[in-house]
Amino acid sequence: MVEVRRVSKRYATGVEALRDVSLAFPRGRLTTLLGPSGCGKTTLLKVVAGLVQPTTGEVRIEGRRVEGPGPERAFVFQDFALLPWATVLRNVAFGLELRGLPREAREETARRWIAEVGLGGFEQSYPHQLSGGMRQRVGLARALAVDAAIILMDEPFSAVDEQTRRKFQEDLLVLLRDRGKTVIFVTHSIEEAVYLSDQIVLLTPRPGTVHRVVQPSVERGRRSADEIRRDKGYLDAVDEIWQELKQHVG
Amino acid sequence: MWGEAPETDGRRSPLLTAAALAVWCLVWEAVGRAGVVSIVPPLSRVAASGLTVVTSAKFANAAWISLKAFALGLGLAIVVGIPLGILMARSETVGRILRVWVNVFVSAPVSALVPMLMAVVGIGQTTVVVTVFLFAVFVIVLDTEVGVRQVSRSLLEMASCFGAGRGALYWKVLLPAALPEILAGLRLGAIRGVKGVVIGQLLIAILGVGELFETYSQNFLFEEFWALVIVVFAFAYLVSEAVAGLERRVEHYARAR
Repeated sequence: MVEVRRVSKRYATGVEALRDVSLAFPRGRLTTLLGPSGCGKTTLLKVVAGLVQPTTGEVRIEGRRVEGPGPERAFVFQDFALLPWATVLRNVAFGLELRGLPREAREETARRWIAEVGLGGFEQSYPHQLSGGMRQRVGLARALAVDAAIILMDEPFSAVDEQTRRKFQEDLLVLLRDRGKTVIFVTHSIEEAVYLSDQIVLLTPRPGTVHRVVQPSVERGRRSADEIRRDKGYLDAVDEIWQELKQHVG
Repeated sequence: MWGEAPETDGRRSPLLTAAALAVWCLVWEAVGRAGVVSIVPPLSRVAASGLTVVTSAKFANAAWISLKAFALGLGLAIVVGIPLGILMARSETVGRILRVWVNVFVSAPVSALVPMLMAVVGIGQTTVVVTVFLFAVFVIVLDTEVGVRQVSRSLLEMASCFGAGRGALYWKVLLPAALPEILAGLRLGAIRGVKGVVIGQLLIAILGVGELFETYSQNFLFEEFWALVIVVFAFAYLVSEAVAGLERRVEHYARAR
């Protein structure tokens, strides 16, 4: 369980990114932080990651206060953040390399995750030889390879085209199924949030505050992506969230 | 990786380069034979005396002294310049204090300081080493700083998220990410270093290649003089090409940053 308690963040520039945000992220669930640009959702994610210190308030993971990054959390970056001089194999194994795992062991784990995310055969490729979607699969494999209980994803699909994005969303659900990961996912796409999430946090901008928390009643089970996207619960949730957010647009 | 010969650049045609070179050699030969300018002897005679110059004990001695000064000065510039550049990029305070000075010195005519150096460290090899150092170090500092500064924020956050300590951050992320700029600085530093050797030795006039230049020009030995010019130019070019070859190898993986 990840708890955010009364977190506020004011940057040195005077910009107030977050004001008095309190949230709970239940274990084994996928929660999205949803809102327009400037609502501080990425800042909130980085506070949970330990990359940004909150001005006031705190983050607790299983009751322990977060002081910085930790091995129980892994991050997937919007711009992938891959080492351009390293192969896919080394990039995926990089988290384990930093933990001091011997080469054999870390590469074996990395190979398994490369295959899981559908990049088998590209182990020796360099990032610049891959498409945007494939690069983000490398970023995802790297986060999964360190076996963190909590995965933080910062608009991971925003830099790829719509078709790739849909396929990726579907694959993500399959990858996360039955693994019990706690996922915090930042997006500005309502459809993406409803499609993926167990819980959606609506944030309003300038300064970022929690507007509402929605638990969409989408019947997922083992249904196909298209069935989910036609589900009444899915369509209702998309519409409901749009009505809520509409007033903050423009 | 460091010892290998530079790769040939596919975009440049070696045939064309050779042809262009040949044309200029012919022009030189013609001008020399016509005797238009007394200080320019025909290229063929320069080449002939070049052979005697290069094989002489005097040249070997001069070359050895000059190479030593070059290697020492450049080595010192690298050892000081790269860490200083990193420090300036990573510490806002250090950067603010030193940036203006590095920028002044990188564009300043450092040769003007050499006579002053002679007064401080004496007339000798040390002066030449310090001159090479001063010629090379600032551009290395500057390029290293630029390289480290442009490392993307998310790459640093990634390293921190996945548990990189200070050592891993520098060796596994910052330095490799800044390597293309560091090598560019190294190449420019090496070229400036060659100038530093020659200028330092010319001003002192009792050492190495500089002494030979002095002897030849004072005694109107223009064939020997031009032969030496060609040797020094070729050396500078080869050093620069060797580093450029390294840069191209690094570039292929750094392209997609």
